[in-house]
Amino acid sequence: MHRDSDRHKLFSRRMAMLAGGKFVLLSALGARLYYLQVVESDRYKTLADENRINFRLLPPPRGRIIDRNGLVIADNAQNYRVLMVSENTPSVENTLDILSTIMPISDNDRARVIRDMQRNKSFVPVTVRENLAWEQVAQIEVNTPDLPGVLIDVGQSRNYPFGEDFAHVLGYVAPVAEGEATGDPLLELPGFRIGKAGLEKVHDLALRGTGGNSQVEVNAYGRVIRELSRQEGESGSAVQLTIDRELQRYTANRLAGESASVTVLDVHNGEVLSLVSSPSFDPNRFNHGLTGPEWRALVNNPRTPLINKVIQGQYAPGSTFKMVVALAALERGIVTPDTEFFCSGSMTLGNAKFHCWKKHGHGTMNCRSAIMQSCDVYFYEVAKRVGIERIGAMARRLGLGDKLGIDLPGESAGLVPSDAWKRGAIGAPWQKGETVILGIGQGYILTTPLQLAIMAARIANGGKAIQPRLTRAVIGADGAAGPAPNLEAESLDIDPKNLALIRQAMSDVVNSPYGTAHRSKLEMPDVEMAGKTGTVQVRRISKAERDTGVLKNEDLPWEQRDHALFVAFAPVDKPRYAISVVVEHGGSGSRAAAPIARDVMTETLRRVGQGALSADNSGPRRGDDEHV
Amino acid sequence: MSTYSVAASAGGRESVFRKLLRVNWPFVIVLTMTAGIGFGMLYSAAGGNWDPWASRQMVRFAGGMALMLGIAVVDIRFWLRHAYALYVVGLALLAAVEVMGTVGMGAQRWIDLGIVTVQPSEVMKIVLVLALARYFHATSIEDVYRPQYLIVPLVMVLAPAGLVLRQPDLGTTGMLILGSGAIFFAAGVRMWKFGVVLALGIAALPVGWQFLHEYQKNRVLTFLNPENDPLGTGYHIIQSKIALGSGGVFGKGFLQGTQSHLSFLPEMQTDFIFTMLAEELGLVGALVLLVLYIVILIYAMVFSAGCRHHFGRLVGAGITATFFLYVFINIAMVTGLIPVVGVPLPLISYGGTAMLTLMIGFGLLMNVHIHRDVVIPRRWVGEDSGPGR
Repeated sequence: MHRDSDRHKLFSRRMAMLAGGKFVLLSALGARLYYLQVVESDRYKTLADENRINFRLLPPPRGRIIDRNGLVIADNAQNYRVLMVSENTPSVENTLDILSTIMPISDNDRARVIRDMQRNKSFVPVTVRENLAWEQVAQIEVNTPDLPGVLIDVGQSRNYPFGEDFAHVLGYVAPVAEGEATGDPLLELPGFRIGKAGLEKVHDLALRGTGGNSQVEVNAYGRVIRELSRQEGESGSAVQLTIDRELQRYTANRLAGESASVTVLDVHNGEVLSLVSSPSFDPNRFNHGLTGPEWRALVNNPRTPLINKVIQGQYAPGSTFKMVVALAALERGIVTPDTEFFCSGSMTLGNAKFHCWKKHGHGTMNCRSAIMQSCDVYFYEVAKRVGIERIGAMARRLGLGDKLGIDLPGESAGLVPSDAWKRGAIGAPWQKGETVILGIGQGYILTTPLQLAIMAARIANGGKAIQPRLTRAVIGADGAAGPAPNLEAESLDIDPKNLALIRQAMSDVVNSPYGTAHRSKLEMPDVEMAGKTGTVQVRRISKAERDTGVLKNEDLPWEQRDHALFVAFAPVDKPRYAISVVVEHGGSGSRAAAPIARDVMTETLRRVGQGALSADNSGPRRGDDEHV
Repeated sequence: MSTYSVAASAGGRESVFRKLLRVNWPFVIVLTMTAGIGFGMLYSAAGGNWDPWASRQMVRFAGGMALMLGIAVVDIRFWLRHAYALYVVGLALLAAVEVMGTVGMGAQRWIDLGIVTVQPSEVMKIVLVLALARYFHATSIEDVYRPQYLIVPLVMVLAPAGLVLRQPDLGTTGMLILGSGAIFFAAGVRMWKFGVVLALGIAALPVGWQFLHEYQKNRVLTFLNPENDPLGTGYHIIQSKIALGSGGVFGKGFLQGTQSHLSFLPEMQTDFIFTMLAEELGLVGALVLLVLYIVILIYAMVFSAGCRHHFGRLVGAGITATFFLYVFINIAMVTGLIPVVGVPLPLISYGGTAMLTLMIGFGLLMNVHIHRDVVIPRRWVGEDSGPGR
């Protein structure tokens, strides 16, 4: 017993030590809990919220694009999608089979759906097809009991109700490409689309709007448990254009089948009423991605539907350049309105011979009659006297040779030559013969149809340096328009008498029986149009051919025929609208281009008569509409 | 000694009814309160449902309670007499697992006996305590000081520990060794010997590392740097710490734990139930549970120290140590203090095996308390006649 009491004492001592040890360790646990739950609690609360709360970006509706009268030319259409949730359907294959009786499902789509379902968690909806027709949606809704796990989801996609007619003005939207991410989280959204061309690109930020967000609680597998909060995004701003929707549609229709472009401008403020490049493409197709063959067909088309010919097509101006040469000479006093030259059908300079389009000559010509009949020899003579530098300076003042700064991407500058340019670009000094050729708008000179329209407008408006523009206003979601552009145009400082003479000559072109575009005179009471034809050779006419007779355009293959040009303004007495028409390989300006200008101008003036283009609906526009 | 005055009637010859009266009922109430917290947490883990966990756990607890009381009233000399036999059966079952065990969670732990499946490593936690207690009961204090008398008990520990390690089950191995260590310590083994063992153990660590399974190595590496692999092996412990920390002082509220209910927390009804409790009931709830555990430990130590025979004292010390190890290892694991080893939280975690082990252990503890005044001579070898008084 004594022994036992010894070891009992030892036991008790050791148990006390063990108890002490246990207490220390349990205190350590308590301290650890205090550290985690009190000291570090805020940090872990944040982490717990990050765990369970997902922020989902909600794409805002893209802003609408409307015409000058408020009519819609681009909006958003409901895009119905069929989704399928694999955990809710007993057999994915069977359900797809039933679904395929309502709408076609390709083998590719079927394989993709099954693959996506295997890759994702079973509660993740997988897209089966997009862009359902309304009847298909209705049929799926009716057959819901037979389609377990099938959902209909409504999204929005860009819609261009007039497709091709506005493609070169609006451009198109397409999914964000790699390298286009700017840090805006909206661009990271799958399926988000941004403007890739045209005004959609220029105004992309304004049209895009701001994304909303939704906070959802998710579990560890990503399944959404509930929505905690939701903040809707702000729709993109609406963009109002200077374009007149119905005039644009008329013009596009008028150019159908041609490789051509038309620009209609307000001569006082540069507002573009119609801008059509033909052939065009359907921007709606770009929304969902073109197929390979579709893309190749667009790229390989010799009539270049993807090129906006109005701003990217560069053509020698041909005889439409004669106003520039005449003004350069008149302003410098090198010729007067009465100065005359004799046209024998050709002019000789050194041992080179320059031909007039009229083989046997026009006889004695002054400025007005030379423009009216488009006499080449008169302008050879004048150009020879004025010189390249003065012609070039006048061309630039009238808007040629530089980008005009229209609010579209990809504008070309054209080319107005000079001695310095030629030395730099070609490495040879300017030749006098080249000035002579330049006198009729051929040789080293390139202009865009937009520049030609601006040139006509600046002549028509009395020498004001108007700039072209397509955007009238950016109207925010709150309805407030953005700052109105400054439309006060500077004066070009050209003698009004000289401009009046040129306008008179251009009127003669259309309205005189001897004018080259007499057949395209307006058939409207009390309104006349003034214009100038241009026919631009795209091939070289050899001496042999000239001797035997120049081949007619109809006898040539399409790509060797002359370009047909026409610039015009109307009404003659009170100019308001300018137009340029370029028909690629159309033959002569008077036959191919002038009739189009007549028709489009007639429609423009008719719409003024209807009030669709009156000054009353000018909205934020400022500027002097009543200038004479 | 003052204990001579204790009633001579206290012994093994009483009726079962009278023994039940001598059960320490406040201790039973504390156990039931603790288990009640467990039922509540299991109810929450199921998203506010009694099924599938809480209801079954309650049935098990009731069964365990009956078993506990049954064990408590059996004469303590029965347990002393059969301690070695029970140990041999336990060891045989462990060996059988080697041969015919069921593989679960990547380790062989279960054995199917036809009627029930048992986990021999859990059985061993009890029978090893009994066997060691019997050995040291019969060994004089002088002999305990002699190293050669420690060879047998060391083999008794290392044989099952080795088998459990092979399953492999690091947590149970650790518990067997540490629990046995507590018995050695309480039995009076010299302090410096523990120092030697500790030094040898540390020296053997690099060697032992080679024998670890890949997942075990990962657990240790993850413990050392959990943020290394936040979605892989570090996931459990990171999510557990987030749940604990985000619970704060007062918790997110019963049934409101986001980490638990949104499945970020793994195994929340078993090994990580403490995390869920601390997330929903906060530091306050966690400390209340810790206090209940401390109360249980105090009862257990008082029971042990108050026993007049060495066998009972050592059984009490062993059970106390085992219970403490459950509590400490589980909470230290979920709070990121030690690597993840699969040890449940006693009386709270869902699961039948641990519940069974614990209730048997508590039964023995109460048995020690009931039979505290039975006199058992050191050289008593199981003859019923001759209680040496």
